[in-house]
Amino acid sequence: MKIFRPLFLATLLCSGALALPAAQADALADISARGVLKVAVPQDFPPFGSVGPDLKPRGLDIDTAQLLADKLGVKLALTPVNSTNRIPFLTTGKVDLVISSLGKNPERAAVIDFSRPYAPFYLAVFGPAEVDIAGIEATAGKTISVTRGSIEDMELSAVAPKGAVIKRFEDNNSTIAAYLSGQVELIASGSVVMAAIAEKNPAKVPVVKVKLKDSPVYVGIAKNEPALMDKVNATLDAAKADGSLNRNAEKWLKQPLPADL
Amino acid sequence: MAYEFDFAPVLAQADLLLKGAWFTLQLTAIGTLLGVAIGVLGAGVRAWHVRPFDVLFGLYVELIRNTPFIVQLFFIFFGLPALGIRLSEWQAAVLAMVVNLGAYSTEIIRAGIQAIPKGQLEAAAALAMNRFEAFRHVVLQPALAKVWPALTSQIVIVMLGSAVCSQIATEELSFAANFIQSRNFRAFETYLLTTALYLLMAILLRQSLAWLGQRLLMGRR
Repeated sequence: MKIFRPLFLATLLCSGALALPAAQADALADISARGVLKVAVPQDFPPFGSVGPDLKPRGLDIDTAQLLADKLGVKLALTPVNSTNRIPFLTTGKVDLVISSLGKNPERAAVIDFSRPYAPFYLAVFGPAEVDIAGIEATAGKTISVTRGSIEDMELSAVAPKGAVIKRFEDNNSTIAAYLSGQVELIASGSVVMAAIAEKNPAKVPVVKVKLKDSPVYVGIAKNEPALMDKVNATLDAAKADGSLNRNAEKWLKQPLPADL
Repeated sequence: MAYEFDFAPVLAQADLLLKGAWFTLQLTAIGTLLGVAIGVLGAGVRAWHVRPFDVLFGLYVELIRNTPFIVQLFFIFFGLPALGIRLSEWQAAVLAMVVNLGAYSTEIIRAGIQAIPKGQLEAAAALAMNRFEAFRHVVLQPALAKVWPALTSQIVIVMLGSAVCSQIATEELSFAANFIQSRNFRAFETYLLTTALYLLMAILLRQSLAWLGQRLLMGRR
């Protein structure tokens, strides 16, 4: 009997190790069986996600989540998250997907996987449609407003030609006001800010001239879920092909989907 | 963990600070010259009740002295373009300072003028001075001499207040300080040096105005 005990334990351990993947069925099958897709979305980051006048979440991320749920043929359950807890919600299995204006970086890629990008997010120099700016060198002799100390200030200061006149303002509102009142010819800011301007002042929608930093947003998926990953990517590819992604971008970001996304 | 003081990254940008300080002094000089000129005009008009200008100056003084400087500045820079009046950040800053100091100095100088005894003007008339000579020698000079310390203080306040112009991207001393701080995050060191610069500039301005007042108004050589 004494001889058999280690053998018995080893068998137990091996069977446990073998049983583990089987017990944790793949997430796609879980979602189908459950009939509900659980998605973490932002509620304080318009136009990606905010609370609408009817107290329901709305935004680009919510529409993207709805699109995925529809294609999977399941119901959608939204979980509001903020930018600090959105990844823990995914890694602890509380949600199936994070669609929360999530950018890709190596630290995040170590703990979760990313789908193909579903929407653009970038810092750029924007200006009126009729002004032709071929590249960053063409901003020489132009005045550009930017918020002092912001990431776009750093990026712009690093690449702007000597002749470009950078006017640094205290906050985003002054930066935007300087552009809208015509005190400057161009504005360096985030694509989201342009969407906000477009909403309030459709007559003067700034158009992207020179991209400073590109950081599109991705759907976050738990590690090692190839079936779910393939399904999400295939759905997003199809949505791009049939124009749904572009419609979402036009609706919420007031800009067409970039061709290279 | 104690904060480690490091002035090197700030001193490396000292040329920016000095350039900013120089711009602040230029703003102050132009603002003071034009502002006090408006003050003299306004004070004369209000003291002698020259209609309808005394009413207009009265409205102007009340409007400016009862609204915040930063709102006046924002109105000039961000608001006026809607009417087609587009001023650069320098023009807007100078205009805001002139308009602001003009209103305050109107009231300060008017107080000096009203403190001149009537008999002094009658004496001027008895000496066959014309109205302009009487205003210049018998009214304005003693009036300015009386209120010179108050006027000096107001000019220093306007110089310190020009820090607000950094909000519309005027690259004066406070702008330089904020800019440096946003690049190296050395808030303590940057603002300590900036404070020292403002203090030095204010003391120098006060001293030179006192010296100027002695020469021009008190008749000392």
